[in-house]
Amino acid sequence: MSDNTVFDRIKSDIEANNVVLYMKGTPAFPQCGFSSLAVQVLTHMGVKFKGVDVLSDSSIRQGIKEFASWPTIPQLYVKGEFIGGSDIIRDMYQTGDLAKLLAEKGVEHTA
Amino acid sequence: MSMADRIREKLASLAPHALSVTDDSGKHAGHVGAKPGGETHFSVAVVSDRFAGMSRVERYRLVHALLDGELRDGVHALSLALKTPQEL
Repeated sequence: MSDNTVFDRIKSDIEANNVVLYMKGTPAFPQCGFSSLAVQVLTHMGVKFKGVDVLSDSSIRQGIKEFASWPTIPQLYVKGEFIGGSDIIRDMYQTGDLAKLLAEKGVEHTA
Repeated sequence: MSMADRIREKLASLAPHALSVTDDSGKHAGHVGAKPGGETHFSVAVVSDRFAGMSRVERYRLVHALLDGELRDGVHALSLALKTPQEL
């Protein structure tokens, strides 16, 4: 189990940044195809986001799964709300729901 | 029983109109989380009336809960496509 400090760090990150992606690797060098896909979608849409590399911090890697009750990575958060993983990001991008959600939440994007 | 069969058996409880389980582990050989015996990366497509009225996240949570044991037993990546018959 993760202690509260990890949850506090996650909470402060997703509150301080409009869009946060918990991922394997960094936005410049994703270490997993699913994380890479999530980065590509956000980059293509011109969304500014903070990438958190879970491979560099095992407490976050485990803690983020418990935080969202979601077993896999990547995980996308917009304005503090959990949106989904790579399948959901791709699906919401393709249907236009991701652009709609970003607009509703007042997050800047170009596509 | 193979991991794919275990997944099929668990998801039968959704009374699926269609169910496909693909073992993609070979594509991820050598990657973090891959294991020598494979059975780590799966793509699953389910068509079920049970998803009606549920958000994307709710559908995924339902399937994650059904496959909790498999996720603990070595399934490292699970790509899901979850639709109702009306959405096809």
